Amino acid sequence: MAATVSTERVIDAPVGTGPRSGNGFPKNGGGRFGKDGEPLQFSPSRYRIAAWVVIAGIVMLFTALISSYIVRSASGNDWVPIAMPKVLWLSTSLILLSSVTMEISRRSLKALNDAGYGRWLIVTVVLGLGFLGSQLMAWRQLVRQGVYIASNPHSSFFYLFTAAHGVHLLGGLVALSFLLLRTTKKRDTAEGELRRVGAADAGTIYWHFMDGLWIGLFLLLFFWR
Amino acid sequence: MAEATHDAVHQHEPPKSFIRKYIFSLDHKVIGIQYILLALSAVVVGMLMSVLMRVNLSWPGTHIKIMETLFPTGAPGGVMSPEFYLSLVTMHGTIMVFFVLTTAPQGGFGNYFLPIQIGAEDMAFPFLNMMSFWVTFVGFLVLLLAIFAEGNATVGAWFTKLGEALGSPGAWAGGSGTVGPIGGWTGYAPLSALGKVAGPGQGAGVNLWIISIAIFCVGSLLGALNFITTLLNMRTRGMTLMRMPLTCWAWFTTAVLALLSFPVLLGGGILLLLDRIAGTSFFIPGNLYVSGALQPLHTGGSPLLWQHLFWFFGHPEVYIAILPGMGATSHILSTFARKPIFGYRAMVFAIFAIGMLGFFVWGHHMFISGMSPYSAIAFSVLTLSIGVPSAIKTFNWIGTLWGARIRFTTPMLFAIGFVSLFVAGGITGLVLGQTSLDFFFHDTYFVTAHFHLVMGVASIFGMFAATYFWFPKMFGRMMNESLGKFHFWITFIGVYAIFVPFHAMGMLGMPRRYANFGEYEFLKNSHSLVLFVTIAAIITVAVQIVFYFNFFWSMFKGKRATDNPWEATTLEWTTATPPPHDNFAGQIPAVYRGPYEFSVPGAPKDFMMQNEPEAAEVAATLGDTSGNGGNGQH
Repeated sequence: MAATVSTERVIDAPVGTGPRSGNGFPKNGGGRFGKDGEPLQFSPSRYRIAAWVVIAGIVMLFTALISSYIVRSASGNDWVPIAMPKVLWLSTSLILLSSVTMEISRRSLKALNDAGYGRWLIVTVVLGLGFLGSQLMAWRQLVRQGVYIASNPHSSFFYLFTAAHGVHLLGGLVALSFLLLRTTKKRDTAEGELRRVGAADAGTIYWHFMDGLWIGLFLLLFFWR
Repeated sequence: MAEATHDAVHQHEPPKSFIRKYIFSLDHKVIGIQYILLALSAVVVGMLMSVLMRVNLSWPGTHIKIMETLFPTGAPGGVMSPEFYLSLVTMHGTIMVFFVLTTAPQGGFGNYFLPIQIGAEDMAFPFLNMMSFWVTFVGFLVLLLAIFAEGNATVGAWFTKLGEALGSPGAWAGGSGTVGPIGGWTGYAPLSALGKVAGPGQGAGVNLWIISIAIFCVGSLLGALNFITTLLNMRTRGMTLMRMPLTCWAWFTTAVLALLSFPVLLGGGILLLLDRIAGTSFFIPGNLYVSGALQPLHTGGSPLLWQHLFWFFGHPEVYIAILPGMGATSHILSTFARKPIFGYRAMVFAIFAIGMLGFFVWGHHMFISGMSPYSAIAFSVLTLSIGVPSAIKTFNWIGTLWGARIRFTTPMLFAIGFVSLFVAGGITGLVLGQTSLDFFFHDTYFVTAHFHLVMGVASIFGMFAATYFWFPKMFGRMMNESLGKFHFWITFIGVYAIFVPFHAMGMLGMPRRYANFGEYEFLKNSHSLVLFVTIAAIITVAVQIVFYFNFFWSMFKGKRATDNPWEATTLEWTTATPPPHDNFAGQIPAVYRGPYEFSVPGAPKDFMMQNEPEAAEVAATLGDTSGNGGNGQH
């Protein structure tokens, strides 16, 4: 039978049976067809695949930059490590915390707790903005000390890494804001639900990656010699 | 029910207004044609530049009136200065590699046909698809601006002012009189990182060149994201990975290469730009003596780092250019040989192997950079090992043609031409891949011959084949066969006449990128060769007018095409010509068989469309011939 878009409220389906079940790729290999061969109007895997593809691209960008960092640290005798701005500990705590709240938010959605999903999403966005503010404070601290991008190679890389990470994090914040806008829009159809869950999964994957990326950069900049 | 039909397949309604339909369209077919038109425009600029270079090499000191008018500083009295020549080299390379060889095969034909061939209504993210084209288009405009920033005094003055406002006057100095930046398409540091002090053509043009490529990277990444997601997520029922046309495998592999290599170029470009405008020293070493002066502001950077970053991108880029051509060639050879492609599985693995190996061979562009001989050997061995999958592909192409009743249509001729050029150009890769030989051939015309044949002309032949093959589906009319065949033969002979002598010049030791060879005693006798190449180049370029005429004339006046004029098997030929907005008018096809089932024994006709269910039953009664092993010759 041809699949028509279901108009029943799948939100009320028991956990584990509706479109919210599962935590990643469905068993059918990511295609557009359900297990029984019924065509899906929309496959939520699309968003998850896209999230991983985007992450692969960003990983390559930072691989290039980090390789440059390692090569450059050995290529001249002008490498003077800058003192770590203390506010970076605050940044790091904020982004770690935001990863936790994002996960709570995603799990709330899976547990059919829409209100919790929206609430924790807001907390995550606020923490993300806090992180960016804290990074800007780190820049200001350095500028006050007279350390600029051209001061020495380590400071060049510090500004570059924080800026490149910040831009990508900003992209993540835009994505989360879209999710947030969607929470106010009631989508009772199966497709609406699928889209919402897929997008929330993709956003969470990306956000965790941003968290992990910052931790990596932080360790590289100040704990790797 | 068998057919996967359902009502709500429209992802978006067909747009009504002209702007939404043809300019800012979300339809992958329109976007694909936009990419092709962009490449068709860019290639004219790149080709004219190559003709100018040839003219200068053959008749140094020629007065060209229009050059005097356009570039009074770079070509005083209409005579090209060496700097002007170098900037032509740079812009020819950049335009051709990025805006022709990367846009048309992937962004153009890939965009148009990948969704249709896998049975999808559109790309996974139509909006990103639209963005990817327009971002690329802006990148092209910025590159054209680089020409005027260096070549035009007025535009140059704007950038000089901008530089003063930004506090980096050296980096943004404009109006040096060249046609854009100097540095080759590889833009080697440290000269590319210094700004005006490094000489003419090193000011605003280089900044714009870097920015243009960075924008291009972003556009390509958006495209790659779409290609990969679409192919993994939106295949129709029955379209398993091993039932995909080889074109889809090629576009997919290309998208993976783009995804993994463009970010590296983007990263390198950011570092280079920072060196130029923010005073950092990523690529600029200390105690650098340039233009008769010590460059005091910089310390400790590594120029070789740029080469590593650039070529880590640069080598996969070569495959980004040619893999779609390989896919199209496989597809077209099989169709007109009326035989299944020989060794489908091997073709898939070979294309993926070539793509992946491409990431481990960038060092062969840097053999003379003073790298450790041990690294050089590793790079050399890996480079030569690409010969294995390449040979598999060539063997299988010949196996496909072997004993076939070939239909010599224009697309088929170009596809066979592709195989010829791929072999002719690829074989010298084995020469250049050996360190000892590369020491002699590096930076000679031998290298120019190699990459023009294999990456340039072969890819272009793949695209010509694709154009003649898919034109009926795209525009609903056939291209003229006689004009097409004329175009093929002159172009085919022409490109060999241009690039075979290049090998000889390289063996003579003629260095590439030189504006003039008159001063060199050992090259005095090669002038006739240079002249021959120039004449061949002018004829070959002139013949392309026939192609352009055929293209645009056929669009309106060509013979009307049927839905499946070539009697081909894949899904794009199952739908209307040209395809409706959602590709299949709501009737998403299901797939029952592999992509190249020609001359199946016992079948009622010599080709089986991928969506023909009856044939599955036919095959079942005869035993399983639905695979790809049978060659259908009895």
